[in-house]
Amino acid sequence: MAAVAETSGEAASPTRGAWALDRDRLGAIAEAIAIPLIALLAGAALFALFMLATGYDPVEVYALIWAGGFGSSFSWSNTLLRAAPLLLTALYTAVPARLGLVVIGNEGALVLGGVAAAGIGFALAGAPAAVAIVAMGLAGMLAGGIWVALAGALRHFRGVNETISSLLLSYLAIALMNHLVEGPLRDPASLNKPSTGHIGDGFMLGALPGTDIHVGLAIGIVVCLICHVLIRHTRTGFAMRVVGGNPAAARLAGLGVGPLLIGACFLGGAAAGLAGMIEVAAVHGRANASLAVGYGYTGILVAFLARHNALAIVPVAILLGGIGASSGLLQRRLDLPDASVLVLQGLLFVAILASETLRGRLRPYFSGR
Amino acid sequence: MDGDLGLWGVPLAIFAGAIRVSTPFLFVSLGECITEKAGRINLGLEGTLVFGAMAGYAISYNTGSPWLGVLAAALAGSLFGVLHGLICSLPKVNDVAVGIALMLLGTGLAFFFGKPYIQPKAPILPGFDLSFGLLPPRLAEAATINPLFLIGLAAAPILAWGFRNTRTGLVVRMVGDSGDAAKAVGIAAMPVRVAATAAGGFFAGIGGAFLSLYYPGSWNEALSSGQGLMAVALVIFARWNPVACVWAAFVFGGAGALGPALQSVGVTQGYYLFNAAPYLLTLVIMAVMCSRKQSLAGMPAELGIAR
Repeated sequence: MAAVAETSGEAASPTRGAWALDRDRLGAIAEAIAIPLIALLAGAALFALFMLATGYDPVEVYALIWAGGFGSSFSWSNTLLRAAPLLLTALYTAVPARLGLVVIGNEGALVLGGVAAAGIGFALAGAPAAVAIVAMGLAGMLAGGIWVALAGALRHFRGVNETISSLLLSYLAIALMNHLVEGPLRDPASLNKPSTGHIGDGFMLGALPGTDIHVGLAIGIVVCLICHVLIRHTRTGFAMRVVGGNPAAARLAGLGVGPLLIGACFLGGAAAGLAGMIEVAAVHGRANASLAVGYGYTGILVAFLARHNALAIVPVAILLGGIGASSGLLQRRLDLPDASVLVLQGLLFVAILASETLRGRLRPYFSGR
Repeated sequence: MDGDLGLWGVPLAIFAGAIRVSTPFLFVSLGECITEKAGRINLGLEGTLVFGAMAGYAISYNTGSPWLGVLAAALAGSLFGVLHGLICSLPKVNDVAVGIALMLLGTGLAFFFGKPYIQPKAPILPGFDLSFGLLPPRLAEAATINPLFLIGLAAAPILAWGFRNTRTGLVVRMVGDSGDAAKAVGIAAMPVRVAATAAGGFFAGIGGAFLSLYYPGSWNEALSSGQGLMAVALVIFARWNPVACVWAAFVFGGAGALGPALQSVGVTQGYYLFNAAPYLLTLVIMAVMCSRKQSLAGMPAELGIAR
């Protein structure tokens, strides 16, 4: 599974001269951009064929996706609102992927973070807003982080496959959320849709100045930047990448593989938990089943499309946020089932994974050798 | 009748439920077992299961024959298997990740095509009452068996025998243990693995058809709750032995029946937590059975799951 984590930018040969090294690096970078683009186009073409086969006009469908996602300032703000949680749920998969782990229980960590934040926010009623908001953020991050650290620990201490365990933990988290919002944390006034109590307007996160978009978007981008710096420019990040490249060598070099594995899982889970906190504190005001609407699953796709690069997550999250935002327009205008977005996402996912096979084959064309 | 049985109703309901609930586990795990024997892991069976459930229900509704529905689900499942097998045959492509993608794609396609079939009632599969009217209704319910369950029960020892005693079984196991050794004797690993993944999808599709055509016996978007995924863990529990898959499926089915069984005797507290018992059971079993030190006994050596 090391192939998932390895990035093409790091493979330059040290024996060649500086000029050759630059050309190698440029080729590697060009390839790292070209492969996902080819995959995106291939996935989009497959979806166009699917639309044709099911009797829809693909040109019209794509025009509506553009209009619904990026065509107006209204659709842009809808897109960015959806991108905000995706930035953070994508980090859930992307950070541990640097160590060669494939963890995919994003939805559960988001949901659990949301419940923890809502519980703390409700309990702190009357406290200063700044204190409550920080406490909610920490609660969300801790809940999500610990939940996923469990998958990391099971992997490290027991050799349990982290892909399966993280998804099982995600189902468990959603069951726990349902139990809490229908039992101990239920607001008796929520009849049709069991929810926790509202955290109160005073604790809600505001909008970015001059927009309808809540500050969660800015938080998400900042967290992506922090993760990028951590992975690329710190000693810990270097150690993480060494583990991803070759765990045995990392162990021989004296790196603490266990703490790194579990720490990376915690970090990813904390990001997804923070996404849950932001959904509660900026959108719903309370935790309920509306938290589990698929931001977690889309986050997996965002991470793979961005090839687990924390910076690349930002544009990819916006792209997929836009596709999600256009879903309503597609349903109204063309009477397309809402699942068509899922089909498009699935096809993009298959295309991006199949495109891994191109890795290393395009580089010679770009670097001219 | 319910009142007479009292708390005895709980183990009885769990037993009856285990038989009903275990069938999809059994089929998916047998399918995954075949795939993994050839050295591939297909996490996408969750998507195959959901698509199979939808396809089976839709065909049963449109043709009036639930058995045609089962066949359609199985064929659709094998198509997903072929897709997984072919994509994973490209160099550098990770089979676990492709499984995740197909899980999402299969679910998306099932929801896309399944929308019109949520309301209508399709003809569903019959159940056999093995008590022949000799038992009180509550016990007779436990003795009502679906033919698919019997087919699954029969398939397990046949598969185990086939792996051990037939040329095909030997080829599959050889490819799963060492692609290079297979190559050395002139067997190409790729077509064998694609075929094994297709066979796995065939079984998973039948498991899905059981969900929509027998128990719970309708199609909706919340039909599957991770059975396809748990089956992957179940195969580890069963040590890649098809006969052990039967027992493992019983255990998982029993855990899955715990929530409804308690509810049937009036225990509604913690309903969601009891319903989550299979997930917890799977995690605990994996934590106990796996080991960081050595690979598991019986595990095909080419399998990417432990790497």
